[in-house]
Amino acid sequence: MINNQQIAEDIAIKFGENSHSFEEPWGLLTFTTNRQHIISLLEYLKQHETFRFNFLTDLTGIHLPDNQGAEFGVIYHLHSLENNVRIRIKVFLSQDDIHIPTATTVWPTANWMERETYDFFGILFDAHPNLIRILNIEEMDYFPLRKEYALEDATREDKIDALFGR
Amino acid sequence: MEDILIPKNTSDALALNRPIVEDTEYTTLNLGPTHPATHGIFQNILKMDGEKIVSGEQTIGYIHRAFEKIAERRPFYQITTLTDRMNYCSSPINNMGWHMTVEKLLGVKVPKRAEYIRVIMMELARISDHIICNSILGVDTGAYSGFLYVFQEREKIYEIYEEMCGARLTTNMGRIGGMERDLSPTAIAKIKDLIYNSLPKAWAEFEKLFNRNRIFVDRIVNVGPITGEKALDYGFTGPNLRAAGVDYDVRVMEPYSSYQDFEFDIPVGHNGDTYDRFMVRNQEIWESIKIIRQALENLPEGPFYANENHYYLPPKHDVYKSMEALIYHFKIVMGEIDAPAGEIYHAVEGGNGELGFYLVSDGGRAPYRLHFRRPSFIYYQAYPEMCKGVSISDAIVILSSLNVIAGELDA
Repeated sequence: MINNQQIAEDIAIKFGENSHSFEEPWGLLTFTTNRQHIISLLEYLKQHETFRFNFLTDLTGIHLPDNQGAEFGVIYHLHSLENNVRIRIKVFLSQDDIHIPTATTVWPTANWMERETYDFFGILFDAHPNLIRILNIEEMDYFPLRKEYALEDATREDKIDALFGR
Repeated sequence: MEDILIPKNTSDALALNRPIVEDTEYTTLNLGPTHPATHGIFQNILKMDGEKIVSGEQTIGYIHRAFEKIAERRPFYQITTLTDRMNYCSSPINNMGWHMTVEKLLGVKVPKRAEYIRVIMMELARISDHIICNSILGVDTGAYSGFLYVFQEREKIYEIYEEMCGARLTTNMGRIGGMERDLSPTAIAKIKDLIYNSLPKAWAEFEKLFNRNRIFVDRIVNVGPITGEKALDYGFTGPNLRAAGVDYDVRVMEPYSSYQDFEFDIPVGHNGDTYDRFMVRNQEIWESIKIIRQALENLPEGPFYANENHYYLPPKHDVYKSMEALIYHFKIVMGEIDAPAGEIYHAVEGGNGELGFYLVSDGGRAPYRLHFRRPSFIYYQAYPEMCKGVSISDAIVILSSLNVIAGELDA
């Protein structure tokens, strides 16, 4: 059995200061890296002899508008089926330069997950084979899961938070 | 398309006994968006060389309802209704998965009895999901009668849902912190009748009709095979992955809701073809029956919900009589109760595979970000590759055996 400690130490040795912010919310090892190293990190973890993170469980995005210079996050959930360990890797991007290399070279399944992330957040996955919208209509000119698009109609006054004590 | 041999010169043409084809013309065929054989609204634009599929392009999103965006505004308990509209063939699994995710965030410990009831409902949902997939696979190959026999059993499962939550398809079953009501004597009688009496009989009859039926087996053996490695690369989970020989099941790997208490086997196939997928689902129904029997026999006594006033709606008769219950009722219904900040990934074994909930809470009443890992969405992208070089009728069978649910695909 491998534990989070071993994985974190191994990654810290291999990637040095390119991997940081190690934490374990609810026992799931989480850390942050940068876009220059994300693909080599994913490849390293996939091919690692003991860890064998051979399964990309999930890839998604998050928008943090208050996080100056790192407004967008891309979150990878990896699973090592042999050791039954999951990890979460995050990469943060600035909204002025919202590019990240594609993970389709490592896992073909990243294809639609990245298209979905692009569709909702506008994160551009460089060298993706077919980066077009997937769930929304192609004519759409905005990225709906960004926080600037409020869910409720902004002109309605009967639903303002103050009336509900929020 | 390399698989189809097209002679380019005279010697090839003689060897293959086919005419030389200088320039191949492909036909474009639209399978969907509303084709009765696709069981849902999604389109496949197929490039055909005669009868064979050369390549396919998929268009999805026809019933996209922006659940992830809607969830960012809703209090946690209102998101349950969004989850059961994803895989509507096994809604209780989605509901329970969501409840468990929130309970993990809130740190609520659910009593054993509620966990066992959840297991019973989840396994019933799995049975109904697999009944639909396998019997419709029969319909798609022209064997209609099996479908009619087993749909009676599905109806009985839906009656149990009705007994448990009042709804049939979009169940909204259970609550954060436990179940909404206890197993009633009627529900127990109905479950017992189903799992000891009618379902084993009906399912044995169904298997007798199909498993060694020459016509059916010829139609599905070696159709749409996928290797284990490829299935993993394409993010397959659930019965489709197990049919390819990888024994990954969330119920065993990361037991939730007391699954560790039960004894059951994980059926695996080895070719990953349509026949293996069919057989794995068949066998999983027997395993689910086994789990439900164990859960019913060892059903613990005690409360069916956690004593968490802040999150679990108080019983209605208390709301009328007790001040505290009224306050909590109001606060919960109005969504005034904040959840702690945190970041959670919780996975359950859905009807089609690993159904994951990635929940980021900033300490407010609603999630900051909620992402559903929908198994159908992830493995459906392998479909064009699986039906390269096969005929349309085989493509239909492959699609049917993958059990792509449009609601889950589009979220």
